Amino acid sequence: MTLMTKPGLEPLVVAPEAIEEAAKLLYIRALKILPDDIKQGFARLDASETDGTARAILATMIENIGVAERMDNLLCQDTGIPIFNVLVGRHVQLDGWALKQAIARGTERATREHPLRSSVVHPITRKNDQTSCGVRVPVINIDFSDVERELRLEMIPKGSGSENGSFLEMLIPADGVAGIKRFVVDAAIRAGGKVCPPTILGVGIGGTSDLCMHLAKVAATRPLGSRCEDAEGAALEVALAEAVNSLGIGPQGLGGDSTAFAVHVEVAATHITMNPVAVNIQCHSARRASATFTTEGVRIGF
Amino acid sequence: MTHHNLPMPCTEDAIRALRVGDTVTLQDTLFGIRDATQIHMFDRGRRTRFDLRGHAVIHTAPNVRKVPPAGTNQAGYEPVCIGTTTSDRMERFTRPLMEREGVRIIIGKGGLREGSSEAFRELGGVYLAIIGGTAALETTWITAIEDVDMDDLHPESLWRFGIRDFGPLLVGMDAHGGSLFRDVQADVASRRAAALAKLGVS
Repeated sequence: MTLMTKPGLEPLVVAPEAIEEAAKLLYIRALKILPDDIKQGFARLDASETDGTARAILATMIENIGVAERMDNLLCQDTGIPIFNVLVGRHVQLDGWALKQAIARGTERATREHPLRSSVVHPITRKNDQTSCGVRVPVINIDFSDVERELRLEMIPKGSGSENGSFLEMLIPADGVAGIKRFVVDAAIRAGGKVCPPTILGVGIGGTSDLCMHLAKVAATRPLGSRCEDAEGAALEVALAEAVNSLGIGPQGLGGDSTAFAVHVEVAATHITMNPVAVNIQCHSARRASATFTTEGVRIGF
Repeated sequence: MTHHNLPMPCTEDAIRALRVGDTVTLQDTLFGIRDATQIHMFDRGRRTRFDLRGHAVIHTAPNVRKVPPAGTNQAGYEPVCIGTTTSDRMERFTRPLMEREGVRIIIGKGGLREGSSEAFRELGGVYLAIIGGTAALETTWITAIEDVDMDDLHPESLWRFGIRDFGPLLVGMDAHGGSLFRDVQADVASRRAAALAKLGVS
């Protein structure tokens, strides 16, 4: 047995300094420029909405996207809880500890240098260090992909209005898919206008309790137009979106057809005795930004 | 549905003239207030040096930049991005805000509940709905950060903003017991069974 990899391909080396710069840039960019898929989502809702008040509200939201870009300002005052998703491809060489430190430094620098509102406090003392950082924050999720020599860093400033619309239920097998559907519809009703609709309603099905809620977050922050890779999950996305948009909650909870841009589902295998379901919601300011490091350089996108 | 232009502060009569569905544009002065501000004011007995009688408060914690006090930024801050947070968390502070501080208008997103509706009816107040998540636009209605109190709670301080043409805002809850949020919630509840039936759920 050898602990050394075979010589051959030069690995992609990503320096912590580059991660720090990217983290700073992505936090600010995510807060200012809405992804194209979300803008297209607005255009779609604007074209199909039948309620007068709802149409006026959507028009103001669309106007705000333009004002933010023209004035180089934040779309929303809520700078959120900073979340970074790191997707490490094959033959990438990095110092994981240094990467985590670099992400936190970039987050703190964005907060101080832009400046941004620090929305992060200690959960018990409620003390705000004015850095957007704290115990275990930024939230950093690390996963691996099969892409050769590529590292993707995704930044999501998760707003609290929608994050407070998070629900988990450890349903049992006898509750079936019907229980899952009922839970999602009732979660949308409970969230009402508090979560800044139109939303992306993320649904996690299966796994353990923590994985289930993580899946809901992954679903809520996926680009519009993407589909659940599981066929059963994908079918549920369509049916649940129709149901949620038939409730009449509307933009800002003031009535109308446009309650959700979409319902996204993510699934994981679960235990024979379990049937967990979670809902996590993304608001209409569905912000994200990404940097992709390759041997060619860094590509900035959504 | 009528549009009203209201210089701040205003009288109880001006507030009672507003009806749900009307629109309002505010002028001159607006106070920013939030969870921590009100927890400290009403649960921990802190008092503000600001006179809030007849005024409007908005549920916010702004993005600001520290600057030397000068011109319109005497408080030492200039606006970066100012927008509105979800009101529901601050439901229980509506009555003390009105009874103790004399506030007449609460601006927020997502609406307030029955307790607030009763306080608005009894004491003469309204809830004006702003469109959440449109802070870049909202910031253009703010002319200055004139003063700040309880800044140890930053950014959840008590802010006094100068405003020009702040709105249009929608009267979501009025001083006559009306609430657009209650109306929509009742409508949504009545649609639940049909939505579940279509999903094949009884």
